[in-house]
Amino acid sequence: MKIPVTTIRLPTRPAREYESRFDREQSLLKMLAIPIASVAIASMITALPIFTAEPLLPPLGLLMFLSWRLMRPGLLPVWSGVPFGLMDDVFSGQPFGSAGLLWSLAMLFIEIIDARAVWRDHLQDWLIAAIVIAAVLLGGWWIAGMVHAAPEPAILIPQIILSILLYPLAVRICARLDSWRLAT
Amino acid sequence: MAPPKHRRPGFSRKAQYGLFVTYVVAIAGTIVAALLLAISVADPAGFSALRAAGAEITAPVARVFSNVRRSAQNMNAAAAAYINAASQNAALQKQAEVNRKKLIEAQALRVENARLRGLLKLSEDGESQVAVGRLISSTSSSTRRVATLSIGRNFGVERAQPVRGPSGLIGRVIETGPTTARILLVTDAENLVPVMRASDGLPAFSAGLGNGTVLIKPLNLGESPFKVGDVIVTSGNGGLYPPNIPFARVIKKTSDGALAIPYADPGNTPYAVVMRPYQGEARAAQQAAAPDGETKEVAE
Repeated sequence: MKIPVTTIRLPTRPAREYESRFDREQSLLKMLAIPIASVAIASMITALPIFTAEPLLPPLGLLMFLSWRLMRPGLLPVWSGVPFGLMDDVFSGQPFGSAGLLWSLAMLFIEIIDARAVWRDHLQDWLIAAIVIAAVLLGGWWIAGMVHAAPEPAILIPQIILSILLYPLAVRICARLDSWRLAT
Repeated sequence: MAPPKHRRPGFSRKAQYGLFVTYVVAIAGTIVAALLLAISVADPAGFSALRAAGAEITAPVARVFSNVRRSAQNMNAAAAAYINAASQNAALQKQAEVNRKKLIEAQALRVENARLRGLLKLSEDGESQVAVGRLISSTSSSTRRVATLSIGRNFGVERAQPVRGPSGLIGRVIETGPTTARILLVTDAENLVPVMRASDGLPAFSAGLGNGTVLIKPLNLGESPFKVGDVIVTSGNGGLYPPNIPFARVIKKTSDGALAIPYADPGNTPYAVVMRPYQGEARAAQQAAAPDGETKEVAE
């Protein structure tokens, strides 16, 4: 509910001269679209011309998704792993449904942890993210191996380490996006 | 971080049921995803239309970045050429001397080859090239080694066509979209390529290891006959890949074969040529005459 306050005139930025300066509401579109779009765009980054000899590019969509989930519990619903995962499957080259299943299981896993370890700090979140990232990458390898011939699992080690180390950066990006999301 | 409010719905029945429903939806969604996965395990080509659509959506951005990347590489090469001009000139002149002799030999061989082909009444297969495109992206976060080509059905690219670059074999087409195609690289664990040693025609198979190298396994038994530095080319056996495309260089001898690095680096190849399947009609006829009639080529 916006109450136009035209009587108070303080020196301010020109664009906000005629706007209410208190009790503003966030844009609903921004609040909903920023988390969804950030995960989607991170999933699509693999479509850029990045060529690696072995799987090395971290699963950026998963990193973004985990950051939102662990940094803002309650923002993404429990079932959101399925749609986000299926979208990631379209671009990742994995068999369709692989990330849909794994991300959803990750979501349920974090939900269970949420019920046990209620008060956590960033390091504990990082540990949870590390476990989930390693499990999802190994699960993806296993699923790809069910359909196609798969390489040795050892080639995943650099990617797992890189992804775990990149998690704090993903959280920072999410935090910046979050403050923009909630800004009035 | 404080526990989120939604976990404690309080005494409101509506909120309690709402929370319960999200869990039901989450479990149901997981089961649906598992079913979708089961479908794609049973039929790997099943969701290719969806993947093709995804590639089409991201292709414009990938094309732009691919162009930027190529221009940057060209600029680097041009700058390096200026700096190395004098030493490069001397080296190239020496090389040109050597090449001239080889060129004359090759000319003689070509004439002789044509004469022998005439004797055997073998005819050339005609134009083997379908189209020329560029690799615009790859699945660099998955264990699968699949690249996206900048052209698709609009240029006549079809499934099961071999793809090569200027320096060697890149892979084969596994899925096609309207303006993009997906290529299974030779380094993928699933891609088997019949090859031979260039020096003596020793037949072997190549299987990708998923980490940028391929494993060359000879058909004969016993100790590995390969040496470091051996040049591997495609043999044309089985018909899909044309013979004598440069393939890989042996870097390490193993107990039952050799490790090799493919000549074509997908990240550094200026263009990719889609070719007609070698002896395509013969293979089609052979498959039609298969005893069970079901020996069809699958997409992936």
